[in-house]
Amino acid sequence: MMNNEKKPKEPLFHIAKRPAISWQKAWGIRVIAILLAFLFSGLVIMMLTKQNPISVYATMFDGCFRTEAKFWQLLQEMALLLCVSLAVTPAFKMHFWNIGAEGQVLIGGLATAACMIILGGKISNGLLLVVMIVASILAGAIWALIPAIFKARFNTNETLFTLMMNYVAIQLVSYFAMVWEKTKGAGTVGEISFGWLPRIGNNDYILNIIVVLILTVVLYIYLNKSKHGYELTVVGESENTARYIGINVNKVIIRTMLLSGALCGVAGLLIVGGKDHTINSSIAGGRGFTAIMVSWLAKFNPFYMIATALLLAFMQKGAGEISTVYGIDKAVSDIITGIILFFIIGCEFFINYELKFIKRHKEGE
Amino acid sequence: MFATLLSFFPRAVVQGIPLLYGSAGEILTEKSGNLNLGIPGIMYMGGIGGVIGAFLYENSVPATENLNPFLAVFIPLMSCLLVSLLGGLIYCFLTVTLRANQNVTGLALTTFGVGFGNFFGASLVKLTGSDIPSIALTRTSAFFTKKLPFAESLGWFGKLFCSYSFLAYFAIIVAIVMAIFLKRTRGGLHLRAVGENPATADAAGINVNRSKYLATCIGSMIAGLGGIYYVMDYANGVWSNEGFGDRGWLAIALVIFAVWRPNLSIFGSIVFGGLYIVYIFIPGMSMRSQELFKMLPYVVTIIVLIMVSIRKKKENLPPASLGLSYFREDR
Repeated sequence: MMNNEKKPKEPLFHIAKRPAISWQKAWGIRVIAILLAFLFSGLVIMMLTKQNPISVYATMFDGCFRTEAKFWQLLQEMALLLCVSLAVTPAFKMHFWNIGAEGQVLIGGLATAACMIILGGKISNGLLLVVMIVASILAGAIWALIPAIFKARFNTNETLFTLMMNYVAIQLVSYFAMVWEKTKGAGTVGEISFGWLPRIGNNDYILNIIVVLILTVVLYIYLNKSKHGYELTVVGESENTARYIGINVNKVIIRTMLLSGALCGVAGLLIVGGKDHTINSSIAGGRGFTAIMVSWLAKFNPFYMIATALLLAFMQKGAGEISTVYGIDKAVSDIITGIILFFIIGCEFFINYELKFIKRHKEGE
Repeated sequence: MFATLLSFFPRAVVQGIPLLYGSAGEILTEKSGNLNLGIPGIMYMGGIGGVIGAFLYENSVPATENLNPFLAVFIPLMSCLLVSLLGGLIYCFLTVTLRANQNVTGLALTTFGVGFGNFFGASLVKLTGSDIPSIALTRTSAFFTKKLPFAESLGWFGKLFCSYSFLAYFAIIVAIVMAIFLKRTRGGLHLRAVGENPATADAAGINVNRSKYLATCIGSMIAGLGGIYYVMDYANGVWSNEGFGDRGWLAIALVIFAVWRPNLSIFGSIVFGGLYIVYIFIPGMSMRSQELFKMLPYVVTIIVLIMVSIRKKKENLPPASLGLSYFREDR
């Protein structure tokens, strides 16, 4: 390519795949991208709201760390987001685009709420908790199993299938919210008084956080040290290779989606039993979609996900604070989150590829 | 019975038109191999783009009789197209030029677009100092909702087929033109080749990146028109945050329902529009059963998706490279 000097138009650079990049360098690029993103969204904030962006960021920081309660809420939000992110990770590693986490969480939450409402007060609290756990895990797993079976059997497009399942779940929850409504015509369930997950000490938040951290470690081991984890990685890289070395691809797809759905069910359990104590169609709160980005940004590594989940939870909590302090709409957080995501998504290019500038009027190397 | 149909059908159509725009745009995009899950966000952006244009124009012309009908339509339309184009460009730059993952980029774009719409919506509401959280642009909207002049005189026929605004007819024209483009022209063949197998298309001398950019950006602008139709016509110029709801996802569902064919999407949009509102027309239905009925469009889509994948007829399958980025040197 270099010798070809008679060519009339030579591109300024060409793009080549990087062989491998040290993790320090990769994270360096990511940190630069995040800083650039904050700089850019600072400019946007300044243009949109005429506020000093630094004071806006300071307010966001304040909203997350000023009081102990705010800090715990941030951690809880991070833990719940992390839980859903963990759930979608095995599926993504297998290149199964499960964007139905929102629905799987909702169905898990619905099953939890059903146990709390129907069995609450009729059986002992300990037994109720066991039933809740089993029911939520089963419900989430079944919701994920349906698209998985069709993917394995007929190669049905899983992205679109799981996406549609979300809205079926949302309507189901809206329906049951009206069936179980507290006062007639209200359409809301209100606080359910039975089946709350136990508190540890005097802290409302810590149980959820501990459960999710344990799941993080377990999932890391499952993905990286177990035979199952190896199999699903191979299926993700190349289904043909997997078949060639004797992996039953259909079995792996179904097993992995069962796990993914079950973990979403756990997230539903934690949200309904451990945080909201009620059910409505917005309890998943978009976490199913945000989790995809959390997981992808962390390169499917459960430990990195703690950091990315914290970043996104911080954005959401912080934006709530901005909107109350400055009187701007809280949708500004979505804009900033979007911009930051664009930068991080874009920077992956510079990790995977390099631009080789073509030297002109010189002999090729 | 006929009277019910007479009131049901037009309502199904006006519900369906935003979905038709969204799905037509998404079909064009997907034919180039880009699965743009940012369409719901782009439709929000298109909607608010139109609202901003209409707002600026209404504010610059205080007296209603001075409003120029052409400008009142042209300015909101242009700002709608510009803002939706911005969404399409962001998506293309990340997925085509920077080869990012399409699903993640699309979801990020939806987050961004919905935030964009709601933020500017809320800001405009604040500017007008209104008490209710919505903004009404009824003066410009009046030009958007103008119906065909002879609709009244044609009785039931007029009511069923002539009682819509120009944007509704334009949606149907767009879908038909797109169907002809994809099926009958060389450009359409090239575009389909890019979506099915970009490496082969590249080898045949088609500029893959250019096709992807063009299809996705034009598709985004078409989808954005769905947003402006919803606000300026269906909602009579009243923007309220989250008012557009989950119609964007329904538009993506409609793409599957129409098995990637814009002409089927016209019929599909009316079916979906009908499914969306059918609960209003069933007497004695309780609130809770209505919720179950709203599930219908999604369930129908899932069934279509399954049927298509079981029958595996080549012309009904999604474009083969849908969702994959293309890099010439990757093998």
